[in-house]
Amino acid sequence: MELLSILIWLPVFGGGLVLAIGNNRSEVAKWTSVAISVVVFVLSLSLWTGFDTSTSAMQFVENSPWIAQFNINYHLGIDGISLPLIILTTFSTILVIIAGWEVIKNRPAEYMAAFLMMEGVIIGVFSSLDAILFYVFWEASLIPMLLIIGVWGGQNRVYAAIKFFLYTFIGSVFMLVSLIYMYNQGGSFSLAALNDLPLTLTEQSWIFWAFFLAFAVKVPMFPVHTWLPDAHVQAPTGGSVILAAIMLKMGGYGFFRFSLPITPDASSEFATVVIALSLIAIVYIGFVALVQKDMKKLIAYSSISHMGFVTLGVFALFSIVEMGVDGNIIGSLEGVYLGLEGAMIQMISHGFISAALFLVVGVLYERLHSREISTYGGVINSMPKFTGFAVLFAMANAGLPGTSGFVGEFMVILSALQANFWYAFLAAFTLIVGAAYTLWMVKRVFWGPVTNPEVSTLSDINNREFFILATLAVAVLVMGVYPQPVVEVMHASVVNLLEQALTTKLPL
Amino acid sequence: MDYQFNTADLVFALPEIFMLSAISLILLIDLFVSQRFQNLTYTLAQITLFVTGYLAFSLIGESQVIFDGTFVLDTMGSTFKVFTMGFAMVALVYTRHYLKVHNLFRGEYFVLALLSVLGMMVMISAHSLLTIYLGLEIMSLSLYTLIAIARDRATAVEAALKYFVLGAIASGLLLYGMSMIYGITGSLDIAQIATFATSATLASEQVLILNFGLVFLVIGIAFKLGAVPFHMWVPDVYQGAPTSVTMFLSTVPKIAATAMLVRLLIDGLGAMQAYWSDLFMVLAILSIALGSLVALMQSNIKRLLAYSTISHIGFILLGFTTGVIEGYGAAVFYVLVYILMSLAAFGSIIALNKQGFEAEQIADFRGLSKHSPWFALIMLVVMLSMAGVPPFIGFYSKLFILQQVISAGYVYLAITAVVFAVISAYYYLQIIKTMYFDDAEGEITVTAPLDMKVVLSVNGILILVIGIMPSYWMELAISLF
Repeated sequence: MELLSILIWLPVFGGGLVLAIGNNRSEVAKWTSVAISVVVFVLSLSLWTGFDTSTSAMQFVENSPWIAQFNINYHLGIDGISLPLIILTTFSTILVIIAGWEVIKNRPAEYMAAFLMMEGVIIGVFSSLDAILFYVFWEASLIPMLLIIGVWGGQNRVYAAIKFFLYTFIGSVFMLVSLIYMYNQGGSFSLAALNDLPLTLTEQSWIFWAFFLAFAVKVPMFPVHTWLPDAHVQAPTGGSVILAAIMLKMGGYGFFRFSLPITPDASSEFATVVIALSLIAIVYIGFVALVQKDMKKLIAYSSISHMGFVTLGVFALFSIVEMGVDGNIIGSLEGVYLGLEGAMIQMISHGFISAALFLVVGVLYERLHSREISTYGGVINSMPKFTGFAVLFAMANAGLPGTSGFVGEFMVILSALQANFWYAFLAAFTLIVGAAYTLWMVKRVFWGPVTNPEVSTLSDINNREFFILATLAVAVLVMGVYPQPVVEVMHASVVNLLEQALTTKLPL
Repeated sequence: MDYQFNTADLVFALPEIFMLSAISLILLIDLFVSQRFQNLTYTLAQITLFVTGYLAFSLIGESQVIFDGTFVLDTMGSTFKVFTMGFAMVALVYTRHYLKVHNLFRGEYFVLALLSVLGMMVMISAHSLLTIYLGLEIMSLSLYTLIAIARDRATAVEAALKYFVLGAIASGLLLYGMSMIYGITGSLDIAQIATFATSATLASEQVLILNFGLVFLVIGIAFKLGAVPFHMWVPDVYQGAPTSVTMFLSTVPKIAATAMLVRLLIDGLGAMQAYWSDLFMVLAILSIALGSLVALMQSNIKRLLAYSTISHIGFILLGFTTGVIEGYGAAVFYVLVYILMSLAAFGSIIALNKQGFEAEQIADFRGLSKHSPWFALIMLVVMLSMAGVPPFIGFYSKLFILQQVISAGYVYLAITAVVFAVISAYYYLQIIKTMYFDDAEGEITVTAPLDMKVVLSVNGILILVIGIMPSYWMELAISLF
């Protein structure tokens, strides 16, 4: 077994093992889960160290036939775009498992097993180089999340779980149809073959929108975002963390891996529509976040708004550069790289920050069983250490320089400025809204007088919680001060992606 | 037209001959054993199925038309028989538990089940219109009686009667179509009908009559398969019949019905493919749509599975509309996958049955995941597989069909089908919700005997394992044509 296969199947089978250990021996199950997730994380770091940043070619490639009739292969490999997301996945899974340690009393082994299996499946999503293999992992990732929301969720969990599942399911079936369509044209499901397949603009447009539906639901983009607030609010803390930190990134990854290279002409054609939707998400959803009374809902809307930067960064490239007749790219390459790499940085940074914010809410929820902002007030008096972390993450969410939240958004805004002044203006404007809703929440929850007597009895975070939040705080700060290693890892792949996105696939 | 009977030909009908002899023997033995040894009949029935399956298996590769063109032995037929035996054996394992807890355990049940299997074998190997009809009637009459075996249940009697009346109408329509075909071609032999239909010199009136007959054949087949708009009997019969019979009739006969379709329409009237493809397209889309929509409102799980079956039948028919070998292969693969899933679904329902407790509401699954996580997991796998969620096998069967449909140029059919697949996912999710998200009101336990638990577990695991490695089975399904 090669490294990527191990990374996928170790957590999946590990999850099976944890299931077999069972809820009755929950201590054993928990320790096994942590052990597995740590091993997977360490192994994923060896992807990083063994990664050659000078090439855009796929690395750690595995390829063996799977379903011969359809020329479907078990084809894995990673480039600079998938690598950071895989590491984000393995990193978040450890945190989630530790975060659920004492909190989950109902069926703990099954809870841990669900997260482990999901980890393996999502690594599969980020490393598949065969479209059907990708689709299988993509859909399979819904199953553990459905159960996590439905079994361990809040009051209205059934509605949220089923809505989540059906939304994503309907988004992706059209992707399946268009993949099959392209297979019938080109005879292969391999991503490399799909990238080379010539398609007319009409075909590309249909395929583009089919892909768009699948990925936009996942990101989620306005107006197909409505499942997210429900899912986030009802999911247990761990579920929200994985949802925000990783599952949303699957949508962004889809745009990078599928939409741009497979339907470049349609992407260019419809870039303005996508940008418009992104800007609506950034601005309008920002205002929606402002009026939320529920902390988790506020963070959920803030996620949608922040993910808008990702799609903006990706699709702004078509307004900045174009392919010249001589095969040279005309326009500011710097601006495009800023946009694409900014989008990637934004995804990773949002992975850390949203995970941290959901964990922060989780810490409060465990103590007072309320997510309402109005329940709290003056938390700093009883939980000083905790408030320190919470304020740091809130600042990062608002895009304070020095935190990772600043880097991605700043890069995307700089890029958007090259595309169109108004794109950048609207995107930058949201920094103010973002600061407003985040800081206002901080003010109402952590500062001010203690109105609720229960708040004064709160105990500060324990070592376990401290460890989780501190780890994330380090990640947020390091990414904020020195994002260069991540940019370096992805640069070759981004250059290659840009080449693909600008090369027309129209048949001559 | 002199026909010389050749005793050497009997070898090729050995599975059928063995089955018939065994049935007669079991019927006799059952008369003389006391209640204490009632398991004997069950065991003999299983052995019969196994040996028949083995005989059919050993004949794979032989290709003969015997008995004056009325009986055909080919790879498809033998393979279908092997699968029929295998699925029937699984069904009987589940059946035994159901019959025991509901005091229906009688020797006749197994004899009738075997008899209907014999009818299916005749259908599978039929090579003339008469043999097809003969097989169909042997199968159907045994099934009507099986339903009525719970004669003190009003719903079962009603279901049996309904099935009988509507089944008789379907047979009548089929016969009418056959008589048209016979009238114009002058032959009952499938091969001669095919020769006639492909001949280039057909007058337009002849084509018209062939077409007329074809429509009735299609209606007859659609009736037997339960495709919309000939599906009316399906929900009532599924709900009214004892669960073990529902399971049996929703699974095993589908292979024979597929064989009938292949023999009549592909082998016989393959030249008219363009005509029946269009008919199937309408039937398929209506079935998928109605099956997906109406199932949303069901609270009885047997009725829900009835509508779910209708929608699966729609997908199977879609495979036949493509008119290419791979498309037929996709349809056959779907049939086998559907049966595997359906057996597990009904098996899970039967596993919940206890002395004096008939599980038939979705609500009966409430909180199952707490009390019996393993069987809840199996049902979860079955439901997701039926919804077409990867990595389970139901996804690959849909993928195969969709690929063929798109390849035949019907992208809009594929899109319609997937939209309804998403709608149907909702009611499969409802069952998962009931098992996992709801709390149980009372204590639910799975009291099934060990053999059933083992078979059900293997059944569930196969849905996942074949889902991970579907290649061999797809290959097999295509190779039959």
